[in-house]
Amino acid sequence: MKPPPFTYHSPSSVEETLDVLAETGTDGKVLAGGQSLIPLMNMRLAAPAHLIDINGAGGLDVLRTSDDGVRVGATVRQARVERDAEVFRVQPLLRWATGFVAHPVVRNRGTVVGSLAHADPAGELPAVLALLDGTIEVVSRGARRTVTGRDFFAGPLESSLEPDELAVSAFFPALPDRAGASFAEVARRHGDFAVCGAAGLVELDDDLRVAAARVAYVSVGPNPVVLDLTEACGHRSPGATDWTRAADAARGRLDPGADIHASAEYRRHLAGVLTARVLGEAGARAHGAAASGDGAHSGALR
Amino acid sequence: MSEDVYEIRLTVNGVPRSARAPARRLLSDFLRHDLGLTGTHVGCEHGVCGCCTVLLDGAPVRSCLMFAVSARAHEVTTVEGLGGPDGSLGPVQRAFQECHALQCGFCTPGFLVAVTALVRDARAAGRAGPTEEEVLEGISGNLCRCTGYQNIVKAVHRAADLMAEHGAEDGGEP
Amino acid sequence: MTTRMFGEPIQRREDPRLLAGRGRYLDDLGHGALAAAFVRSPHAHARVLDIDVTDALDVDGLVAIYTYEDLPERVADPLPLLIPHPALTHGRTGYPLANGIVRHVGEPVAMVVATDPYVAEDIVDLIQVNFEPLPAVVGIENAVRAERLVHDDVPGNVGAHLVQEVGDAPLAVDTAPHRLEFRLDIERSASTPLEGRGVYARPDASDGSIRVYSSTQTSTSVRFAIAAKLGLPATKVEVIAPDVGGGFGVKIVHPWPEEILVSWAARVLGREVKWAEDRREHFVSSAHERGQVQFVRVGFDDEGRVLGLDVRFLHDHGAYTPYGIIVPIITSTQLLGPYKVGAYRAEFTSLYTNTVIVTPYRGAGRPQGVFCMERTMDRIAEHLGRDRAEVRSANFIQPHEFPYDQGLVFQDGRPLIYDSGNYPEALEKVKEMIGWDEFPGRQEKAAAQGRRLGIGLACYVEGTGVGPYEGGHVQVDSAGRVHVSTGLTSQGQGHGTVFAQIVAEELGVPIDAVEVTTGDTRRFSYAVGTFASRAAVLSGNAIALACRRLREKALRIAGEALEADPGDLEIVDGIVRVVGNPRTAIPLRTVAVLANPLRYAFDEEAVRATQFARSSGDDGPPVPEDDEPGLEGRDYYSPVRSTFASGMHAAVVEVDPDTAEVRILRYAVVHDCGRMINPTIVEGQVHGGVAQGIAGALYERMAYDESGQLLNASFMDFLMPYATEIPRITTGHLETPSPLNPLGIKGAGEAGVIPVSAVIASAIEDAEGIRIARMPISPDELFWLRRRAETGEVERTGVVKSDRAP
Repeated sequence: MKPPPFTYHSPSSVEETLDVLAETGTDGKVLAGGQSLIPLMNMRLAAPAHLIDINGAGGLDVLRTSDDGVRVGATVRQARVERDAEVFRVQPLLRWATGFVAHPVVRNRGTVVGSLAHADPAGELPAVLALLDGTIEVVSRGARRTVTGRDFFAGPLESSLEPDELAVSAFFPALPDRAGASFAEVARRHGDFAVCGAAGLVELDDDLRVAAARVAYVSVGPNPVVLDLTEACGHRSPGATDWTRAADAARGRLDPGADIHASAEYRRHLAGVLTARVLGEAGARAHGAAASGDGAHSGALR
Repeated sequence: MSEDVYEIRLTVNGVPRSARAPARRLLSDFLRHDLGLTGTHVGCEHGVCGCCTVLLDGAPVRSCLMFAVSARAHEVTTVEGLGGPDGSLGPVQRAFQECHALQCGFCTPGFLVAVTALVRDARAAGRAGPTEEEVLEGISGNLCRCTGYQNIVKAVHRAADLMAEHGAEDGGEP
Repeated sequence: MTTRMFGEPIQRREDPRLLAGRGRYLDDLGHGALAAAFVRSPHAHARVLDIDVTDALDVDGLVAIYTYEDLPERVADPLPLLIPHPALTHGRTGYPLANGIVRHVGEPVAMVVATDPYVAEDIVDLIQVNFEPLPAVVGIENAVRAERLVHDDVPGNVGAHLVQEVGDAPLAVDTAPHRLEFRLDIERSASTPLEGRGVYARPDASDGSIRVYSSTQTSTSVRFAIAAKLGLPATKVEVIAPDVGGGFGVKIVHPWPEEILVSWAARVLGREVKWAEDRREHFVSSAHERGQVQFVRVGFDDEGRVLGLDVRFLHDHGAYTPYGIIVPIITSTQLLGPYKVGAYRAEFTSLYTNTVIVTPYRGAGRPQGVFCMERTMDRIAEHLGRDRAEVRSANFIQPHEFPYDQGLVFQDGRPLIYDSGNYPEALEKVKEMIGWDEFPGRQEKAAAQGRRLGIGLACYVEGTGVGPYEGGHVQVDSAGRVHVSTGLTSQGQGHGTVFAQIVAEELGVPIDAVEVTTGDTRRFSYAVGTFASRAAVLSGNAIALACRRLREKALRIAGEALEADPGDLEIVDGIVRVVGNPRTAIPLRTVAVLANPLRYAFDEEAVRATQFARSSGDDGPPVPEDDEPGLEGRDYYSPVRSTFASGMHAAVVEVDPDTAEVRILRYAVVHDCGRMINPTIVEGQVHGGVAQGIAGALYERMAYDESGQLLNASFMDFLMPYATEIPRITTGHLETPSPLNPLGIKGAGEAGVIPVSAVIASAIEDAEGIRIARMPISPDELFWLRRRAETGEVERTGVVKSDRAP
C-alpha cells in the first residue's frame, strides 16, 4: 500500500497554483490536508500524475467570521474550525458537524474545503454547506466564481470544479435570528462515516412558531440531500410540534442506497429517526435563543 | 522511469534532520526507513489504525497520510522524542508501564503520541487532566488489538497525575 | 529475603524498550534489504492462462520476478498439510505461487523483488495476468449444495466428516420429556493483529547458511520447514521471531508461502530480501476463522437437565486445509463446557469454499461451540420458564466430580478429562458482580422510561496447555546473570516477565538478574509454538523444571565449596547459604565459575572462585561422567493431557428502540486459570479477549459477495472497535489449581474471547424479546429482526409450543 509516483508541485502563491493547475489539467490534483486523497493513493485507487500542494501557497489559511457567516480558507484545518469560539458563536452547526468528521487526529490535518471538494456523500460538511445554502469561492486564471452547494456537488466524489480551478474558500452563512440547528448521525463505530446523518435547521416566526424546517442528509443518495419539511411541521411552536410527522415526510421523499453496513430500508428508517431528533433539538434551541432574546445558543460539543 | 528526489529537511525530536527521498515517500516511511526512527509504526496505511501518529508542529497527525516532502521545514515529534534526554521514560510512557497499558506494543507509539498531546492540551487549559469523555474521544482514532483499551484509559489519567506531580518539569512541550 | 515473585502483579520488564520506540518488529529490521511484493489473484476461482511481465521489465529497481514455473522442486511442491487427521479424507493445500489455478482472492500468483517497496508495488501493477474466471463457491450453503466445486477432485466440497458420540444422543433426545430443535449461525472473523505478517531473510554465502526473521508464532517449526523446502540441514537455518505485533492465531500457520519464497529468493539472489505484509494483503492472504452453521437437537427434563444433545454443524474451512480440521474438532469437543449432558453426539462436515483459509483465531472453534451450548441453555430456560442461571446450575459438573471424563477425544488426541474447576462458585460470583438477581427490577424501571435493557450470561471451559511439549534452558553466568530461553514465541503476552517471575521464585535470584529469550532458534531448537493458551503452562513448567535441575546442581557444588550438606542450603537473593547460618555463603555467580573446571581468570569472579576450589588429588576426570561443565539446567515439560480453565461472563446491554444500536452498559468476567503467575497480565489477557469477543459479536465480519470478493478488506469497513466501542470490563478471579503440572497453572490467553457472542446474544434477546440465532449482529440486522418479528416471520421469545412427543 504505497502511493504511485507523481510529480510534486509546491507553488508559493495562489497565482502560481492556478498556473500549475492550468498546465496539468485533468492530470493534476490539489493536495491540502490529504486525509481523503492519500488513503486512496496508498490503495492505488487514485493515481494523479501531478500533485499540487497548496499548503505553501499563502493566503489560504484564513478563517474569518462576521455576523454574516464564516469564511474558511482552503488550507484551514477542521480542528481549527471546530475549536474556534467565534465560529461557534456565528454558526454552531460547524462545530457540531465537524466533531463527527473522522477522529480528532485526522481533523488536525484535514481541511474543511478539502472535505467539500472531495464531495463524498458520506461527508458531514457537504451536508452542512448544502443545508445553510453556503457557497464555495472558486478561482482559475483570470476568473472567479461563487458556486452554491447545490451546483457544487455533482455526484459521489465528484464536484463541479473544472481541472484548472481551485476552491479557495467556503462560506457558511450565520445562524439566523430565532433559529436553531442540530447535527446527529448513526455510525457503526465512533468516527466512522455515517450510516446515516442529518443536519437540521429550524427558524421561528415572530410568534415563535416554526417558520422553516430544513434537514440535510449524510449518506443518503449520491449528493447531500436537503429537504424542506416546513409543511410537515405544521407551523406550531417547537414544543407543540409532532416531529415524527416530519420524519415520516422525510422517509417518503428519500431514496437511500444500500452497502455492506446498512440496507436501504434501514437507512430510510434512520433518516426518519434522525430527522425527528435534529428538528426537535434545533427547534428547542431556536426557541431557547428566541426566548432569551439574543442569538446565543447552548449546547455541548455535540 | 525515474523519480525526482527531494532533499527533505525538517526537525525531528528537536534535532535538524535531512535525507533525500522521492515526493511520494510517506512521512511514516521517511521517519522509519530514511531516518531510522522505527518507533513510529505502520498498521494500515490508510489512516484508520493510528499506529503511525506523530506530532506535527505539536499536533498529532497520521504520518501515513502525509508525504515527507510536505513536512519540510516542520517540526516532528515521534515516540523516540517523548522521553528525557537521558533516555528516561516520559510521564506518559511511565503511566503506560505502570498501568499495563500495552501488550504487543505495536500500537503503543501512536497512543503515546496522541495521549501526550491530549494531556498537554487539558493541562494547558488549566485543568488537571482530560475528563473520561475526553480521554475516549482523544484516543478514539487509535486501534489496539491486545488490551481492550481498559488499561490505556487508566494510563491516560495516570499520565495526567504524573504530570501534575512533576509539574513543569515534565509538563512542557515535548 | 528474596521477594516473593510468583503470583505478584509486577510491572512488565519488556515495556521500557517498547515504550521508548526501541522495539524491533519485523519491518524495523533489514534496512537496505530488497523488497518483495506479490501479484495476488483478483478472482476467487480462476485458471491462470498467462503471465506477461513485459511492461515491468523496464522499471528501474526491478531485481526479479518469479512465477510458479521458476520454482525448483520442493519449493514448487504443495505446501504441507500440518495436522493430518483420519477424518480429513480430502485434505488439500495450495502452492507457494499459484500452479495454474487460484482458489481465493489474494492467492499469490507471482513474486516481485525490487530495490524498494514502492517500486515493487509499481511492478506488481505492471504485470498482466490473464485469468479465466471459474464459478466460485462462497458461503456454507453454496458449499454444501455443491453445484460447483472448489477442487475438482473433492466431491461435495467435503474435506472432512467426523462424528464423536457418548451414549445414544438421538434416542435420548427423542425420549426426553422436552425437546427443542433449532439452527444457529456464526460468521467469519479474523485475528487481525495490528502488525501483519512479515519475513526478512539474510543469506550468508560464505557458509551457505541463512538467517530468517519472521513475524511468526512458531520460529522452530518455520526453521524446519525452510530447511526442508530449501534442502538445507537445519543447522544452516536460523529463524528468529523478533518483537511480534500481535498474533492471535494467524501467525501459527506455517510455513506461509512468503516464508518459503522470501528465503528461497534471498539465497538465489545472494541478497537480503524482506517482505512486510500490508493491511489489504492481510485481509485476503492471511487466515480467517469462525464461520459455522449449527443444527441443534436437545432433550431435557423438567429441571432443565440435558438428557441428550445432538449437534450437527457445517464448518467453512476456506480454499485449503494446511492446518487440518483442528477448529471444528475443538468446536465439537469444547461445546459441552461446564456441563454434564446425558448423551452427546457431534457431527461435523468441514467444507471447501473459494475464500481465504480458515485456521485458529483466538478461541479456535470454542466461541462457536460455546455459542451453541449457551444458546441451548437459554432456549431450555425460556422453554421451561426458568431462570437462565438456574438451568445452567442444574447441569454443572460439581467440584467433587473432578477429574471429570467427558468421554470424547480432544484436539491433542487425548481423552477429554477435565482436571479441576469450581463452576458453582464462579456462577455465584459472576451473578453478584453483574447484579443478576436485581436485574429484573432494573429492567422494569428502565422500560418505564422507554429504555430497553437486557442481561445475558454464558459459561465456558477451555482446554489449555496442549502438548506435546515445550522446553526451557536456564544458565547462570559468572556475573550472576540468569539467562533463560524457551523455544516458543511471544506476541505481547509478557513472557519476558512471567517466565522471569518463575525463575526468580524457583532459583531465589533477583528478578532483575533474569533475562528471557523466546522464539530464537539460536538459543533453543525444540519447541512447538505459541497457541492454544499453552505458553505459560508448557514453557512455564519446563522452565521451572529446568530451574530445579540447575538449583540441584548449584546446591551440590555450593555444598562442596562450603563443606555443607546440600539439603541444608538455600538460595536467597542470588546467594547460596546455609539455612540458619547466612554467613556461610557463596554467591551463585561464584558457583557458576566453580561449575566449569576450565577457569581462566577472565574476571574477578574467577579469581575469587579459586578460594573455593576443590582440593586436588581427586582421581576422577575433572568433569565427572554424570556431569557437565557450566551452571545450567535444561528440561522439558510434556503434559499427559490438557488442563481445563473455565470462566463465566455476564453483560447488561441497552438497545436503542429507534436506531437498533446496541450499547454494552456493564460487562463482568469471572475467570479461573488456576494459580496466576502475574494477575495483572492475566487480567490484561482477559480484557483483550473480551474486546475481541465484543468485536466478533457486534462489529467484525468478513463481507464476501457471491463472486468471492471480500468487500470490507480495510480498516474503514472491517470494524475493529476503538476505545469508544468497548465498555468498562470488571474482572474477578478464582484460582483452582491444576493438579496436572508442577506450577498448578492453566492457560489464560484465549479465555476472554470465548463466550462473548453467546453473552451478547443472550442479553440482546432479553432486551428485545426476539430470538437471536445468528452472530455477529449489526443494527441493520436487528432492525430487520424487529420488522420480521412484527410480521411473525421470526419468533419472539417466551412463546412456548408443545414439545411433547406424540
